[in-house]
Amino acid sequence: MGFFVEVLFGGFLAGVLYALVALGFVLIFKASGVFNFAQGAMVLFAALSLVRLMEWMPIPVALLVSVAIMIVFALVVERLVLRPLVNQEGIILFMATIGVSYFLDGFGQTVWGSEVYTLDLGLPKEPVIILESLFEGGVLVNKFDLVAAVIAGVLVTVLAIFFQKTRIGRALRAVADDHQAAQSVGIPLRDIWVIVWSTSGIVALVAGIVWGSALGVQFSISLVALKALPVLILGGFTSVPGAIIGGLIIGAGEKLAEVYIGPTFGGGIENWFAYMLALLFLLVRPQGLFGERIIERV
Amino acid sequence: MRKHWRIATLGALGAAAMMLAGLGEAMAQNEQFLPRLTYRTGPYAPNGVPFANGYADYLNLLNERDGGVNGVRLTFEECETGYDTARGVECYDRLKGKGPTGAAVVDPLSTGITFALTEKAPGDKIPLITMGYGRSESQDGSVFGWNFPLLGTYWAAADIIMNYVAQKEGGYAKLKGKKISLVYHDSPYGKEPIPLLEELAKRHGFTFAALPVTHPGVEQKATWLQIRQNRPDYVLLWGWGVMNSTSIKEAAAVNYPRNKMIGVWWSGAEPDVTPAGDGSKGYLAANLHAVGDQFGVHRDIYKIVYDKGKGAAKKEEVGHVLYNRGLVNAFLATEAMRKGQARFGNKPLTGEQMRWSLENLEVTATRIKEAGFEGLVYPMKLSCQDHMGSARARIQQWDGSKWSFVSDWIEADRKLLDPMVAAAAKKYAAEKKITPRDCSKEM
Repeated sequence: MGFFVEVLFGGFLAGVLYALVALGFVLIFKASGVFNFAQGAMVLFAALSLVRLMEWMPIPVALLVSVAIMIVFALVVERLVLRPLVNQEGIILFMATIGVSYFLDGFGQTVWGSEVYTLDLGLPKEPVIILESLFEGGVLVNKFDLVAAVIAGVLVTVLAIFFQKTRIGRALRAVADDHQAAQSVGIPLRDIWVIVWSTSGIVALVAGIVWGSALGVQFSISLVALKALPVLILGGFTSVPGAIIGGLIIGAGEKLAEVYIGPTFGGGIENWFAYMLALLFLLVRPQGLFGERIIERV
Repeated sequence: MRKHWRIATLGALGAAAMMLAGLGEAMAQNEQFLPRLTYRTGPYAPNGVPFANGYADYLNLLNERDGGVNGVRLTFEECETGYDTARGVECYDRLKGKGPTGAAVVDPLSTGITFALTEKAPGDKIPLITMGYGRSESQDGSVFGWNFPLLGTYWAAADIIMNYVAQKEGGYAKLKGKKISLVYHDSPYGKEPIPLLEELAKRHGFTFAALPVTHPGVEQKATWLQIRQNRPDYVLLWGWGVMNSTSIKEAAAVNYPRNKMIGVWWSGAEPDVTPAGDGSKGYLAANLHAVGDQFGVHRDIYKIVYDKGKGAAKKEEVGHVLYNRGLVNAFLATEAMRKGQARFGNKPLTGEQMRWSLENLEVTATRIKEAGFEGLVYPMKLSCQDHMGSARARIQQWDGSKWSFVSDWIEADRKLLDPMVAAAAKKYAAEKKITPRDCSKEM
């Protein structure tokens, strides 16, 4: 039983890390209806910028400069990619973000390098044993995962308040519903896009810090975006809490499957199992657990 | 008069241009082209870059110091594969015809690409040098006439590592009842050692468990929780790129002792251990060659390549594990060229000539010393039948800042390996309808 709890707990904490990346997708989709394929590349680019800048300047300054870089990136995307494509179909904007993704992957590695860079912000990494009185040998958890969970929790709270309680948040949601209608009531579409891509860039930076601390900053962290996709399918593309709940379900589901079902199939099933789990949810609830139900008059 | 001058000037310029073009062509005719399949971007770049740099620096050293190999200059072109098989095959097709004699030898630096090119190379008559990787049965030159897994295959690696484990435990008899786990990259590369380890488990009575990790290997929590539960006596690591450092970090996260973890020679470089920081201390890995920049060849590289600003790597990375592997790889390829030139003349070699050169290559201790590689590599001798040459490695340990050897050279047991290789090669020959060469007739 102790081992089951350990796997479950480990899965939840892994899920929190997936949710951090999924949040970036949700933000842009919620506010602009664009599925941003470049989110993984943004995570890599932001983390690379930070870790390389840290070689030249103190950490707080490097953090601020990295945030500035992500804001400049948002401005460039708005000016060169989104503005020319305003009012185009979602699929066209999606294709444009694929282009942005490949560009950013290559550009980031050209400017900052393609080695493994160690990102040490002093986050604790030692494992601890908890619940020793309940289970023999206790349950092992990593302090780093707990810190990541706290970071994700804070981020979700801040984003939820931002979307629900602020004027800009309401404007973002209005733009997501209908570009033209939002423009007609005086919401500046361009500014909104810059704000949402900047926010998403900052979320990417946070995800990059967490993943970069765990894996070292290197190209592979752009691939963690793939882990966010089943989370989005399950949690819904428009829900911030959905990203967290989806992350927890996917994280726990894939780890339990790998440990308890994996050996039957020769192991290595967690990647495809996550997608299968998401697909099963889709059959029951196509809009995801927390996604908005779309009702169209016919 | 002016018109005559103009004609004369134009004529002279034309003649000079023709002479220069002819000279250029003559020079190009005396160049040996080496296609370089590299990966400097993508998830495996941290491992691909130092290898490519070491290889390039050695070729540049020979060009700058000796004017090439016996007067034949070495030219090369890198093609980015991203460690992707399809792109690797595309690079091979694009570069195989370049240079006056086409590609004389190809080094894919990927087991996946090697699997794909093994089918194409015989048709193109281009040898594949796969030093320390590729198909294990390709050691058998009678069936795999164009594959050269120099210095060791994965079966040799698995056997060497298990020999080390047996040494530590006090002999193979002491392995009975022990638990050995393999954490492997779920790809042709990672699966290669499994048959050998299963065979050893059967012979020596230890329990063997194989745990796959899917590409690229960033998520291994479930794998390491299973290891925490099963507590194997040793964990063998068969990873590449980010998978290696993630494994070491996860081992630290579940408190698995790092000095009971032994990586294959592709899981024991600086990019594998540095991201885990102190968590890597004590980690072990096999190595085909020595580490460091204290060898004669490095002194020449610093003086002749780096001091002229022509180095490919950052100066502080010269001598790192994968840098040295690229260096050794280039050394063996160019030594084969020397062998071929002794027979075919000091000119660029064709792929077929290069195969003869490789099959007759003997790298002696004297030659190793002369070339500045003394202490870096072990002598080797290839033949038509044996395309591996040598199957030795040393075990190294990471102390938090550098690698140090903790074993002498350990040799794989050829009595175990050779029958397995012969059986697998025979099966491959039957599947592909290949008639094995009679090596006794090819001298």
